[in-house]
Amino acid sequence: MADKHEKEIDELSGVDTTGHEWDGIKELNNPLPKWWLWTFYGTVIWALLYTIAYPSWPLIDKAFGGVLGYSSRAQVEQELARHAEAQKPWLDRIAALDLPEIASDAELAQFANAGGAAIFRTYCSQCHGAGAQGAKGYPNLNDDDWLWGGDLEAIHYTINHGVRAPEDEDTRDSVMPAFGDGTLDKAQIAQVIEYVRQISGQEHDADLAAAGAEVFADNCAACHGEDGKGNRDIGAPNLTDHIWLYGGDRQALLETLLKGRAGMMPAWGKRLTDAQVKQVALYVHQLGGGE
Amino acid sequence: MRGAGTRRASSAAVRRAGAAAKMRAPSTSARQGPYSGQGAPRDRFSLILINAPSALRLHKRANPITNGNPIMSVNDTDGSGGSLYAGRIPIFPRRVKGFYRSLKWWIMGIALGIYYVTPWIRWDRGPEMPDQAVLVDLAHRRFFFFWIEIWPQQFYYVAGLLIMAGIGLFLFTSVAGRVWCGYACPQTVWTDLFIMVERWIEGDRNARIKLVKQPWNARKIRLRLTKWTVWLLIALATGGAWVFYFADAPTLARDLISGQAHPIAYTTMAILTFTTFFFGGFAREQICIYACPWPRIQAAMMDENTLTVTYKYWRGEPRGKHRKREGAEKLGDCIDCGACVAVCPMGIDIRNGPQLECITCALCIDACDEVMARIGKPRGLIDYCTLADEIEEREGRPHAKPMWRRIIRPRVVVYFTLWAGIGLAMLVSLFMRDSIDLNVARDRNPTYVMLSDGAVRNGYTIKVSNQNHETRTFRLSFHAEDPAHPGRPYPLEARIQGSDTLTFDVPADKKRSLRMFLTTLPFAVIRPSVDVEIWVEDLTTHERAKAETKFLGPKLEQLP
Repeated sequence: MADKHEKEIDELSGVDTTGHEWDGIKELNNPLPKWWLWTFYGTVIWALLYTIAYPSWPLIDKAFGGVLGYSSRAQVEQELARHAEAQKPWLDRIAALDLPEIASDAELAQFANAGGAAIFRTYCSQCHGAGAQGAKGYPNLNDDDWLWGGDLEAIHYTINHGVRAPEDEDTRDSVMPAFGDGTLDKAQIAQVIEYVRQISGQEHDADLAAAGAEVFADNCAACHGEDGKGNRDIGAPNLTDHIWLYGGDRQALLETLLKGRAGMMPAWGKRLTDAQVKQVALYVHQLGGGE
Repeated sequence: MRGAGTRRASSAAVRRAGAAAKMRAPSTSARQGPYSGQGAPRDRFSLILINAPSALRLHKRANPITNGNPIMSVNDTDGSGGSLYAGRIPIFPRRVKGFYRSLKWWIMGIALGIYYVTPWIRWDRGPEMPDQAVLVDLAHRRFFFFWIEIWPQQFYYVAGLLIMAGIGLFLFTSVAGRVWCGYACPQTVWTDLFIMVERWIEGDRNARIKLVKQPWNARKIRLRLTKWTVWLLIALATGGAWVFYFADAPTLARDLISGQAHPIAYTTMAILTFTTFFFGGFAREQICIYACPWPRIQAAMMDENTLTVTYKYWRGEPRGKHRKREGAEKLGDCIDCGACVAVCPMGIDIRNGPQLECITCALCIDACDEVMARIGKPRGLIDYCTLADEIEEREGRPHAKPMWRRIIRPRVVVYFTLWAGIGLAMLVSLFMRDSIDLNVARDRNPTYVMLSDGAVRNGYTIKVSNQNHETRTFRLSFHAEDPAHPGRPYPLEARIQGSDTLTFDVPADKKRSLRMFLTTLPFAVIRPSVDVEIWVEDLTTHERAKAETKFLGPKLEQLP
């Protein structure tokens, strides 16, 4: 508007031009419609009203809160409360029913599985992995090998009370002793390692293994059973299958025998609600290994 | 802000420039026409300029309220400064009769009829299914269209329809220009309806101009209130009809009246009622000129074979009223009666050539034909005409090519083929689609699980959609071939989580998600990857669906 230019009337239209030209095309100086102007004023007024209604102007210690009292934090709280309210009837039913009853109600089981998956990812995946595939020292929950039992009731108990959890007196408790403290000498340990490799179907030294059978019967069978198939009452693993929590090679077995093992799992009943523990139990049970 | 753009300038300026044009001494070019003695136009741009108004005597549209004096205060061209902003010049379209007007009445009746009536058509789909023929069921994520039911994952049908709508617009635009604007656009149709109401209540053009000019009195207030009330009722019905597409119409109608409907329904109705009332009653042509992007896009899709509403100035000019005066034999057919201007809902003078305001509603054709019939001249001084025809006609070869030769040209054929091809493909796929939708997702974390006896297990999430309206029983099966021994099955065992069998029910119109496990049998040789087909079969109808996936295991070196 401010630029000065020679008044130039476009011959074709009779309108003066702004003096702006691109490739021989000149811009005509036509007026805007008046309603456009009023719309512009309207948006200005709207913007001012908006700053009065909603949080806006910065003040010395905080921002002006707006007369409507809106805040995004309060909105999140409202939405969380709304979701909690919507889930309440489901969670109440989960809390009230037994695990097998929940599992047999398709709709409720679906809700519980979805909730259990979310809780698992929040609290359990740090150790057991996002797919519950486990890691060395942290059991894989997808397979069919269970230290403390794989039916719904047993899984629920383990989650609820934990394993060797000091905060819970009903916790699952047992210990793999450290046989390296003098209970067994080096030769005996080497023998029992070969025996364990024999009963788990791995490559082994037959002579050492034969000697190891005796050592095993004297020192290990009390917990792991005479056949080495373990004992779920005390969380003693089956040594004859293909699944190893700490590894089945000689180095790992030596370490286990010398230092013992005592993995820990928190008692989640102290931290989660009853319904949450049940949901995780149902989720873990349906991963594929549930009994 | 001054000078909102060159696009508008060329034509909006045209009608404002009358006074300026008159002030200028009539130049030679204005007398002789733009191309006299210059030979043929060089290119398409000059083709468009054939209709350039310097060939004609420019007429600024008179403001009917100020007794025909053009308002020059909005933009004085003498450079002494004027307002930067132009007020809207009110338009009072006159009633007209004729072929195109009748055609438009029919299109309006059918289009509005479809819009208002469709939600009320019932269609029986069996118990517990909605019985509304056309329903967008957002809550249950279904779209019903008579016998067709579309699930969210089949939304590509809607995308296909949108593509067809787009190509359809290209097709119609390349044939007949802004034919969508002139006949079918909701803005045009509802504005037409509102003008019809206005005419019933306040009278035709002259009565309405008189009414605007007279001071407020009881009669004027009464007429205005009546008009606005009828407009509001139409607007309310328009907004109301829209929400009926999204819920069971009779139920929603009862709820709306008793005040129990969802606030969203009321809000949507209120917004659509207001926009219909305001756009149809007051904003009218301003929407087309300033708000709508489509006319700008359309201009780029027209070519010299596109039919547009054209004033045949080579036949009409020089125009003149006084037929009995001396020298009248030199006059063209246009008697300058202004009928074409009076009926125009966009408030333009078609005799100034093609201009961006023109929505090609063709009412000026009807108006001019009426006049031509009365003065005993052939019809079609204003008519649908292509730029290519224009060149032929100006050189004395009218109807050089029949109209169908203008319409059927490669570009149109390509558009039509594309449009029809997509439509056919959609129809075929719609009728061929299965009533079972099977989706298999293999677990990726972990990819496989080693079991205590050395077996390998894979987990799959299977989703089966039953698109029929009764519960169906399916049986799951699989087919896996040993990659090392083609033709020999790979020994696997299937299991559905929480079930002893491989059969399962899916309720009517529902999707069910199952977890399936495949485990190697004891004598299986572990392979890193085996191709697997998962089959689902309806036990009653034996309809089947298949999905392909893989069974993964450890590589040889990873085995203990």
